[in-house]
This record gives sequence, structure tokens and C-alpha cells, in this order.
Amino acid sequence: MPVSYENSKVIFEGIKAAGIKSVSALPETWLGLLLQRAEDDPDIDLIQVAKEEEAIGIAAGAYFAGEPHVLLMQNHGFLAAINGVVSLAQLYGIPLCMLIAFRGHWGEPYPWHTRGGIVTEEVLRALSIPFELARDPDKVAQQISEAYTFSQSSLSPVALLLTRDLMED
Amino acid sequence: MERAKCIEMIYPELEDKLVVTIMGACAQELYDLGHRDNFFYLQHAMGLASSIGLGLARHLPDERVIVLDGDGSVLMNLGTFTTLARYRPANMIHVIFDNGSLLSTGGFDSQTTSGITDLAAIARGAGIEHVASADNELQFGEAFLEALELDDLSVIVAKVKAVGPDHYGMDLELPENAFRFRRFIREKKQAAAP
Repeated sequence: MPVSYENSKVIFEGIKAAGIKSVSALPETWLGLLLQRAEDDPDIDLIQVAKEEEAIGIAAGAYFAGEPHVLLMQNHGFLAAINGVVSLAQLYGIPLCMLIAFRGHWGEPYPWHTRGGIVTEEVLRALSIPFELARDPDKVAQQISEAYTFSQSSLSPVALLLTRDLMED
Repeated sequence: MERAKCIEMIYPELEDKLVVTIMGACAQELYDLGHRDNFFYLQHAMGLASSIGLGLARHLPDERVIVLDGDGSVLMNLGTFTTLARYRPANMIHVIFDNGSLLSTGGFDSQTTSGITDLAAIARGAGIEHVASADNELQFGEAFLEALELDDLSVIVAKVKAVGPDHYGMDLELPENAFRFRRFIREKKQAAAP
């Protein structure tokens, strides 16, 4: 199924409406249209990393600098970034607002995504990372704004899982 | 050459810079010279010091960011060179103390021991233009001064002995370090605002 043009736009506008000007990301299919918008928007500073754990460091630097920042990654990228999440963000009380493409879940046709998808929510729970699923384009902007607010008040990583319902047409 | 001597040599220059260090010996040696709130010690999450540096430098163009890194940490995040090369923060100096050893975790050889892996060559190959290697204190001091004068990203790989302090400990909790570091930046920005 194609990636939703309309909902990618809604998510991007939601990021901007939350006051975010700085985004770190590792490109992946579901995030592609979103990242194209970020690249083309002069008001958004997009930093593409080679591996998702780098983005945890960059997000910490942005936080120290006082710059509102969100991280965009796939759930497998989140799994690859866990030491940074635990031993930088959680250890030092640094907020992270992570928007995570939730691959390998209900309706997933690709075998290679499935194991990561199956464990994602349990890993988030094990790490005490608050998360919500984003399914409805009418609510996602509010969810982004609330995720960002909660990350800042709790000085904690927070995750919004972008589901197939939202990301595909 | 000893890392502690190198840090001592540049310490006066760090007074008005944002400094991020890696864990263990490097952090302790800077702390022992006198803690300042513009110093952030990354006591874990090996590899991410330079990523924090990029996040700082990118969002604070009027500040100078100094990252004090090590071979063991950089080896855990070699991709950082490629991201630094791509975004080329002009206000960041990435110092890598290469002691060829995982000193703070037991002194095991690292992949840079005996020059097997050349971190400066990796940095150059990643696309970083200004990369210096230093084998003695004079070279290190000159490389650091040159980097300070340059309005561009610099990497300095300093070959140092695998020795560290005879004690560890700071009167500074980890979140306290983060809170004070952030407050330092905020207050400096507020003071600079018209």
C-alpha cells in the first residue's frame, strides 16, 4: 500500500504546530514523504543520521541548546538506539520526543519487519517509556503536541507509534 | 604524551566554550582541573559525545563546542564522522585522545593499538577536511590553536599514553550536571539577547 500523502502532510503540520523547528531522522519508507517536506521547509532544520543512536545525542544537544526537537525513526532504529536512550536520556533526565514508524504489526506483509514489530511495545514498557499509538489523522497533531509537552515536563523519553492505519492509504 | 597534560594545556581556552567529554579518565582529568558549568561529562552512552557536540553546535552557532573524545568511544560510533562531515558544524572541534586502549574498562587493547586502525584516516575518508594528528604536546597545542582560529569543523587525533588518574569521583550528580549545563547555556543566551 502506498504511503499516505495526506497523512504525512498532517503529521508534518502537527510537528510544526507543536513549535518544533529541529528534526533528526533516519529515512525509512513510511517517513519518506514527511522527510521530503522537512527537507523542503526552510523553517525546519533536518539532520539525517547514519544510525539512530546518533540522533539521541543530537537531541540531547538540541535540548541543552533550548531548541525544540523531535526524532523520527523506524521501530528497528529505536531498538538500535536503546543504549543511548537509557544511558544518556534516562540517566541524565533529558527529554526525547520520538515519532516511531511502527512496522511489523497488524497487516504487515514483510517478514523482515515482524520480529521488531512484535517486541516494540513490550520493549517500550520494559524501559518505562510512555507511548501512544497514532491511528487517526484527526488526532495525530494533538498527540504530537502532547507527546512533546509530556517529554519536557517528565524529562523523559516519550514515544508516539505511527501505525499502518495512519501511514498507508 | 599524556591526555591529562593535553587537557591541562587547553584548559584556559575552555573557559568560554561548551565542552562535552566522554566517560572515565577523560572526564575526571577535566573535572580535577576545576569544574565549570559549561562542561558536560557523558559518563556512559559511549560514542555519543560527538553527536551531542553536533546537536549543540548546530543549534548554537554563536558558541564554540569542544568535544573531548576517545578511541574506544569513537569506535562505537564511527558513523558520527559521516554525519559531522555532512553537516560540517563550523563551530566544533572534535578532539580524540587515542590511547589504543579501553583504559577505563580494564585496559584492554582497542582496534587502534599499534596503529592497526587509523582514526584520522577514517575521519578524512568520511569527508572531514581539517584533520590533524598529534604525537607530542607541541603538535597537539599547535593543532588546537589552529583549530580555534579556523571557522570550520576540525578533528584532532592525539596519540596519548594509556594512563589515567589514580582516583575517580565527582561531587556532581549526573542529572545535576545536565541541569547546570543547560542552565548555563540558557543564561548565556538570555544575557546575549538584546
